[in-house]
Amino acid sequence: MKTWEEVPFAGYILEPGNAESYRTGDWRSRQKPVINQEKCTFCLLCWIYCPDGAITRRESKVEIDYYHCKGCGICAYECPSGAIRMKSEAEEA
Amino acid sequence: MALKSLPLHEYLSSGHRLCAGCGEGVTIRQILKSFDEPPIICNATSCLEVSTTPFPYTSWRTPWIHPAFECTGAVAAGVEAAQKALIRKGRKKKWDVVLALAGDGGTYDIGLQSLSGALERGHKFVYVCYTNDAYMNTGIQRSGATPRAAWTTTSPAGKVIPGKTEWQKDLMKIVVAHDIPYAATVSPSYPMDLQRKMKKAIQADGPSFILALTPCPRGWRTPPYLTIELGRLAVQTCMFPLYEVENGQYKITMKPKRKLPVEYYLRPQGRFRHLFTPKTRHDIINAIQAYVDKKWQEIQKLEQLTQQ
Amino acid sequence: MMARKVLALNGDEAAAYAVKQCKPDVIAAYPITPQTIIVERLSDFVADGELDAEFISAESEHSALSACIGASAMGARTYTATASQGLALMYEMLFVASSFRLPIVMSVANRALNSPLNIWNDMSDTMGARDCGWIQIYNENAQEVYDFTIQSFRIAEDHRVLLPVMVCHDGFVVSHSTEGVETLSDSEVDSFLPPRTPVYPLDVENPVTIGCVGVPEYYPEIKYQQEVATKKSIQTIKEIINEFNESFGRNYDIIEKYQMDGAEVALLTIGSASGTAKDAVDEMRAEGKPVGLLKLRLFRPLPVEDLRKALSGLKAVGVIDRHISFGSMGGALNMEVRAALYEMRERPHVMGFPAGLGGRDIRVEHFIKITEELLRIAERDVLEEDYRVVGCRGPGCIGP
Repeated sequence: MKTWEEVPFAGYILEPGNAESYRTGDWRSRQKPVINQEKCTFCLLCWIYCPDGAITRRESKVEIDYYHCKGCGICAYECPSGAIRMKSEAEEA
Repeated sequence: MALKSLPLHEYLSSGHRLCAGCGEGVTIRQILKSFDEPPIICNATSCLEVSTTPFPYTSWRTPWIHPAFECTGAVAAGVEAAQKALIRKGRKKKWDVVLALAGDGGTYDIGLQSLSGALERGHKFVYVCYTNDAYMNTGIQRSGATPRAAWTTTSPAGKVIPGKTEWQKDLMKIVVAHDIPYAATVSPSYPMDLQRKMKKAIQADGPSFILALTPCPRGWRTPPYLTIELGRLAVQTCMFPLYEVENGQYKITMKPKRKLPVEYYLRPQGRFRHLFTPKTRHDIINAIQAYVDKKWQEIQKLEQLTQQ
Repeated sequence: MMARKVLALNGDEAAAYAVKQCKPDVIAAYPITPQTIIVERLSDFVADGELDAEFISAESEHSALSACIGASAMGARTYTATASQGLALMYEMLFVASSFRLPIVMSVANRALNSPLNIWNDMSDTMGARDCGWIQIYNENAQEVYDFTIQSFRIAEDHRVLLPVMVCHDGFVVSHSTEGVETLSDSEVDSFLPPRTPVYPLDVENPVTIGCVGVPEYYPEIKYQQEVATKKSIQTIKEIINEFNESFGRNYDIIEKYQMDGAEVALLTIGSASGTAKDAVDEMRAEGKPVGLLKLRLFRPLPVEDLRKALSGLKAVGVIDRHISFGSMGGALNMEVRAALYEMRERPHVMGFPAGLGGRDIRVEHFIKITEELLRIAERDVLEEDYRVVGCRGPGCIGP
């Protein structure tokens, strides 16, 4: 832990977006969203509705960032093609 | 199709500590996607502020300042004025959009004066109020934005008094009374409507104001996956109509194909549970319906009245 | 190069004129008596094109200081002015400005606080704000107001300091009293005060997060860093005052001595009361009474070592506060001077004299009565009262 001489000037935070290194994926208690890529139409609703930016948008597909996903289930509830389902943490994708 | 046109940048990084399913998280991400370049953000004390900046972590990839709760309008005014002066004197190169972010407490209540002063003086900034209908940061206390009959910890559903006894403050009317160039309501459930309005707000010649309803699973006593659905129901029941006021001209941007009864919106929410159990309070539900109908009529009339 | 001019200015006008020459980028303020003349003059300067600044007519003092915080965080040179209730309304934001280490300069025309409503002078306002992390400089007359307004920007913006400065003058007594003020030329001010170079401004190229949540694991480190910077600023303030003295032929210090040679007792004053006290000291010296005067200019940071040095060897000191800290030992200055001296082996008796509350005149005879009391204390080597209010009718006070 930093001393008063080492903490940044006036408690400013000088590394933009460094919270990305903070894991919020362990907030999930029981279930995690799993994408069935066969069914996914790449409509991007899950991406735009995610509170945590935990849907990673690739060239032509979306992936779930489990390091940050808090398991709220919005993506599964909103997916119009039923491509995302909430599964128990133990279950394989 | 249109969503694909939105930028990939995330000016609010993951790893913030907003609750699972938080409507603010969705809304602010969407708000920030309307920017091509990072804005300078002035944030009020709120859930968003505390959840995104616990030292030494920040979720912000934009310049961001949070001085206090009730002063966001004034802080944004200072940032804007400084920018004007510095550019004029050749000490800053380009204009950056000034984005003020505050919750309902910081806007409807304690921050209203600061907002009003800044709007009256005409500072060029975009002010986004994300309302979750109560002081959620301190643990769900009533605010001027809390709807009638809603349970909060300071408007409890008691044996005698059934939740909040007053109607929600009509903030949009107050803001519009300042004759600013642009004001609009948005919902994260309608992302492209939000994008279109934010673009207008950013381009407005003067102050612009955006009111976003951000469902709160914790305070509304709803499951986190329902956040977007509740935003939709708020619009479809006309509890939270989507409209804009551009240079005094009202325009409803989302007219429900079939206007749903308010019960559709109230019933799924734990904060209104006392209206349905142990017995249904038709008197209160009907009063809410009548009020919502009246307000919906009013906006439609304003739209007609202000048409060119 | 414009020559130096002697202008007829009251204290408020002297502040405004100095601010104009310091070329702030943003001024945000709200009018309040007896500071209003400052914002009026600055508005004139902006309206007439003599000052290129954004002037924000805020809708409250809270918003005025909030706007200054936003502007200063952008890297702008930023100024505001207030008094009394206005400063009280700013209270919350005072801490924020200093914690962000923003070099905002604020003039305060000292005025009493409600209630009862009172627009006249005392120091209830700034003394109540003494723990907000701002540097506090107190001035005796319009010349000092002018000179220290200029120095305040230099002090605040010095990278070894980076703290906001309250530059104070007494309401009406100084704010509305016209004197001849020797002003510097614009180029002299320019050479003394270079443009501000901000350290971490709000900048899209280098995004910085200002105003985080300071969790208990970090809050003390962040606050102690601020405390060290504040304590250390005394040295820089002294250096800057010396430079100003040498450049412009002045003779200022953070504690100024008057007739202290051979003094056994002393009056310790702050602000405009010093002028009357000097007259009283002259009168008493003529009668052979061994009294001198110390005028404290810098109250925050408190120059503890300088105070100890200045007061050592005296038998009794009377501290003239301009407010009451209710329910304690008179005024803050009295309490702090006593605390500063406590660990000295040979220390004078120190008695507080809160005086001139709410604009009540402090006259020469008051200082004579105070001095007589001090001489009695010195003679008997006993202090019976911590403080006694001056300028008040009724038992227990030195009045009227």
